[in-house]
Parts: sequence; C-alpha cells; structure tokens
Amino acid sequence: MTAAAQTRLWLAQRASAAVLAFCVVVHLAVIIYAVRGGLSAAEILARTQGSLPWAGFYALFVVAVAVHASVGVRAVALEWLHLRGRALGVLVALVAAVLLGLGLRAVWAVYA
Amino acid sequence: MRADWHARNHPAYWAFVVHRLSGLLLTLFLPAHFLMLGQALHGEAQLDGLLRWTDAPLVKTAETVLILLLAAHLTGGVRLLMLEFLAWRNWQKALAAIAAGAAIAVGLGFALNVA
Repeated sequence: MTAAAQTRLWLAQRASAAVLAFCVVVHLAVIIYAVRGGLSAAEILARTQGSLPWAGFYALFVVAVAVHASVGVRAVALEWLHLRGRALGVLVALVAAVLLGLGLRAVWAVYA
Repeated sequence: MRADWHARNHPAYWAFVVHRLSGLLLTLFLPAHFLMLGQALHGEAQLDGLLRWTDAPLVKTAETVLILLLAAHLTGGVRLLMLEFLAWRNWQKALAAIAAGAAIAVGLGFALNVA
C-alpha cells in the first residue's frame, strides 16, 4: 500500500472516530434513558418512526461505524493474522458491506 | 520473554488491549443488533417478541457488558484522539484512568437503570 493510501486510511479512521464520539455519547444517553421500565417496540418506534432527525442521525452513525470498524478490522487482521493483499482487501470490503447494508436496513426498519 | 512482558505491563499497553478487544467484540455484535432492529420491517409485534429476551437476567448482564465495552471504546478512543491531536503532556496514565473511570460510570448507570 502506498503512503498516500495509508494516510487516507488514517484520516478516515480519525474522522469517523470524531463523528462516532458524538454519536456514541447520544446513543448511550438514549439507551440509559430508554431502558428505564424495560424496552418495548412501541416505545422505540414512537421515537423513531417518521422522524427524519433520528433517521439522519442513525444513518450517519451507521456510515461512520462501517468506515471505522472496517479500517479497525484491517489493522487487527494485518497485525494479528498477518493477512495481506487480496485477502485483506476482501475482508475489509466484507466488513464494511455487512455493517453498511444491515445497518441502513435497520435504520429504515425503525423509520418507515 | 520476561523482559517483553515487563515492558508491556503498563497502563498504556492495557488501554491498547482494551481498545482493540472492545472494538472487535462490538464489530461482531453489531450485525446481530442490526438484524434484531430490522425485525421492525415485519411489524411491531415481531420486534417486541425479540425484545422480550431482554427481560432475562442473563441477557441484562450481557447488555451491561456490551454497554461497558462501548463506553470503554468511546473513552479509550477519545483518549487516543487527545494524545494524537493535542500538545504532549505527561498525562498518559491520568488519561487512561479517567477513560476507565468514565466507562465504568456509564456501565453502572446502565446497570442501575436496567435492573
């Protein structure tokens, strides 16, 4: 991998981390508030269904997670599993695709 | 070998281990989390059926562990961003301790509310 590509990955990891720092604080606050009295689908959907701000927030959250986790998994696979080349590329693409696909589907499921 | 271990046994190394393992475990958990929320596509009752699982004490314990992992990854990540982007200070150990303390506080906050 070229130095420029490595720099892009480093930047993507830090930029997504900054977005996630905000998203996770909001998410943790919502979780701790929401679990009081138990979780119910009605309560979750009352908050999210038809709400563009929540859908936008969670879509941003999912995109940032897909970037952050795939770059993170790449570092772990490189250092601990010694994966290189095509195998590493396929693993990273797979992690990003699964998180992005399932994540955006979940956002749509609680919005629509 | 012993010298290797000695060199690694310090707060910054343990902060690295916690950050890496929590990140991996959260990445493994997320697809299941998304699939569960995706059940809302099949109606509120379907999602509610899965959410009833969360009443079980064992699931509540697992959730608390997940919240701890998420909080630890958050605070450990903020620590890393501060180390990389702010001017150097001799505060590595203090930052690691603050990160650990904040993560435990969030975990306790969840555990007390979910109990």
